[in-house]
Amino acid sequence: MEPIIEVDGLVKNFGAVRALDGLRLRVEPGEVHGFLGPNGAGKSTALRVLLGLLRADAGTARLFGSDPWRDAVALHRRLAYVPGDVTLWPKLTGGEAIDLLGFLRGGVDEARRAELLERFQLDPTRKGRTYSKGNRQKVALVAALASDVDLLVLDEPTSGLDPLMELVFQDAVRQAADRGTAVLLSSHILAEVEALCSRVTIIRDGRDVQTGSLAELRRLTRSTVLLDADVPAAEIQALPGVHGLTADAGRLRFTVDDGAMGTVVGALAGREVRTLTATPPSLEELFVHHYGNGDGHGDGDGSGTGGGGPARTKAAHRA
Amino acid sequence: MNTTFVGTGRLVRSMLQEDRMRLLVWALLLSGFAAYAALVLPRVFGADGLQARAAVMAEPAGAMMAGPGYGLDDYTIGALMANEMLGLLAVAVAIMSLLLVVRHTRGDEEAGRTELLRAAPLGRHAQLAAALTVLLVANAVVGTLLSAALLAAGLGAADSWAFGAAVAAVGLVFGGIAATTAQLSSHARAASGMAGAVLGAAYVLRAVGDAQERGGSALSWASPIGWAQQMRLFVDLRWWPLLLLVALAVAGAALGYALEARRDVGAGLLPDRRGRVRATAAGRTLVGLTLRLERGRITWWAVGLFVFGALTGSIAGPMAETMASQPQLLAVLGVDPTDEEAMANLVSEAMGAFLKFFAMAVAVYGLAATHRLRSDEAGGRAELALAAAVPRARWAGAPLLVHLGASLLLLVVAGAGLGLGASSEIGAAAVGEFALAALAYGPLLACWVAAAMLLYGLGWSSVPLWALLIVVFVVGMYGPLFELPQAVLDVEPFGMIDALALAGPGDGDATPLAVGAGTAVVLAVAGLALFRRRDLRL
Ligand SMILES: Nc1ncnc2c1ncn2[C@@H]1O[C@H](COP(=O)(O)OP(=O)(O)OP(=O)(O)O)[C@@H](O)[C@H]1O
Ligand SMILES: [Mg+2]
Repeated sequence: MEPIIEVDGLVKNFGAVRALDGLRLRVEPGEVHGFLGPNGAGKSTALRVLLGLLRADAGTARLFGSDPWRDAVALHRRLAYVPGDVTLWPKLTGGEAIDLLGFLRGGVDEARRAELLERFQLDPTRKGRTYSKGNRQKVALVAALASDVDLLVLDEPTSGLDPLMELVFQDAVRQAADRGTAVLLSSHILAEVEALCSRVTIIRDGRDVQTGSLAELRRLTRSTVLLDADVPAAEIQALPGVHGLTADAGRLRFTVDDGAMGTVVGALAGREVRTLTATPPSLEELFVHHYGNGDGHGDGDGSGTGGGGPARTKAAHRA
Repeated sequence: MNTTFVGTGRLVRSMLQEDRMRLLVWALLLSGFAAYAALVLPRVFGADGLQARAAVMAEPAGAMMAGPGYGLDDYTIGALMANEMLGLLAVAVAIMSLLLVVRHTRGDEEAGRTELLRAAPLGRHAQLAAALTVLLVANAVVGTLLSAALLAAGLGAADSWAFGAAVAAVGLVFGGIAATTAQLSSHARAASGMAGAVLGAAYVLRAVGDAQERGGSALSWASPIGWAQQMRLFVDLRWWPLLLLVALAVAGAALGYALEARRDVGAGLLPDRRGRVRATAAGRTLVGLTLRLERGRITWWAVGLFVFGALTGSIAGPMAETMASQPQLLAVLGVDPTDEEAMANLVSEAMGAFLKFFAMAVAVYGLAATHRLRSDEAGGRAELALAAAVPRARWAGAPLLVHLGASLLLLVVAGAGLGLGASSEIGAAAVGEFALAALAYGPLLACWVAAAMLLYGLGWSSVPLWALLIVVFVVGMYGPLFELPQAVLDVEPFGMIDALALAGPGDGDATPLAVGAGTAVVLAVAGLALFRRRDLRL
């Protein structure tokens, strides 16, 4: 099957600012794809190019196999979008805004609309100007999730939701995914990404620095090891794939590249080992690593190299 | 010290820093205009011309546009400045002031900046106090420069200073009123709209009052602008009306403080109403949406134009009579005194000039066609809607259509109002006749609306178009008075349309209508196509 989103070498400049710089992104049918990156990385810009709201300066972007700029209207019948900062019409009620957006898209599923209003506990009779940030977000979410579409484009859709509503949102996205809807989800909420996304793309400075399943990404970074054993620190330090070693009252702490763990364990063979704990990188560490340090532009070579930047060191110390 | 004002000084500094360019432009424009008028008008008119102008200002229509008419018997340039320019300058400064206060109070609050500020060590009233301090500074600057301009033009010292003080005091009054309206609604636009409505009412009150009676009637005294004009500047100066202005300004500010103490940050005192759960069938379309959002504005425009049209129509008869006896004034109407037919139809000629004025007023409405689009685009509503299956041409075309239709409607309403006012003079048929005649301006108005769309499509500001409209207005209404060259008068677009002749026996030239319609189509299509080709501004 052809991918739903296929972006290659995408470039977008705002005057002197290069917001996208050769971005690649691929979303397969039925996949919930996380789109991550630090502030100003270019996530929103990429989504807006995909929606035909901005025109790319170079590179290709394909949505359902078509050009998102040229065929915007036809493509938009198959997708729904929730921006990160929703502004509503001050004079329209939430209910009216949902209907308007739904019908501009070609109709809403009435039963689902009612169900979503209920689950999000949204009062549709209030005027747009009187909604709080979270409630404005809910209006856009209900309008998007109540439409029968093949793709949901969500740009930090839960930035104003409380934790309960966050769960409702995750549930609704899962249901959409079960119906076969593909989802492109830009988010800073790692728990949300971990709960929902089968694959993620991390971008920085307008280019993708990493893409893959979460398990794959984990494998590309290092585990933290705490070791209390009868072995000189220098010996461990000399092993390939061991980084950032510190000694504290006879206990060693260091990080190990994925795949180098065997070497470490091998070196311990026949020694007395009192404690050995190896912690795989937490999601947070993973992102800190990629946000702060991923300079490679390709699958797999952006990780594990460079010995860990400042961000990496900090994360390791916290662990 | 009362802690509710903590941090005011810091805020004043940052507001002044933010506003200094804006303030400078206002002050220089207004004082430049005053200096220009005071220096140039006496040279253009000469003593006789001034006196002839006084005759126009003595008429109800003249009094409506100008002031109560002190000093008309010996119309010096000072008396002219007080009678004709003081009101205009006061309105301008009032607008500057109310926008300033709303921008720094409710505007910041609506944008969420107030929350940030008040979380810092800032008193509850600090922001309002700071805005009012900046208001005081702004009006002091404008008033001083205005006085300086008049002094430089050689006018008397005491009256010149009183002039600046009067204008500044009116500014303070409307700044104070804005301090109150900013507490009422939770929206900056509504707050400035309410204060603007008070300003409009104040202007209409003094216009009607001054038209009723030389020196102003009780209605003139119901208006703060009237108070300024009642200072009889450059004629028989009296200072005490200035006290009324200061008292009202203080009262407005005090009410603002009192109301602010009774509400939460971000909230308005007027309740926000509930609405429907589902959109109506019309509310699911873009034209329906635009109509819904524009409805209120169209209604207010229609009421205003109809009332103002009827008032104007009712004074056309007496005005034409005066003019017939003052041949040099016929230039205002562009009538050649030797043209017997025109002289016989002076009322119609006067009505034609008024109709043109109203068509220009409707153009102001038409030019606002893209304002909603601009705020939707900057605010993110365009992003939301265009990400649904909406072609850009339809998104931008809906407001275009609505503004076009509403412009035609407003033309008809203004024409009917004029006709109604004049019906006692020229018969009841005038209502239909003028309503129809007004439609002759339709294609030209379509051009303004479409030109606004072109600038929007290009992603440019609409300021050049507003400037052009002001130039067209000055040339069209005052060109003959200033004896501008014929070539300039000929390119003024509203003057190309002979509306009454077109609606009458059919001897008018319809070519400008066809050309106007064609131009409008080209401009609109180009504007929509350009919008289709550009990035959304996000
Ligand atoms: N309309 C614009 N004009 C100029 N620069 C822009 C514009 N939109 C975005 N940028 C710039 O492009 C870069 C990418 O911005 P973008 O909004 O796409 O980031 P983001 O990844 O969505 O960040 P965030 O996580 O904060 O939402 C930033 O440097 C931003 O300043
Ligand atoms: Mg963003």
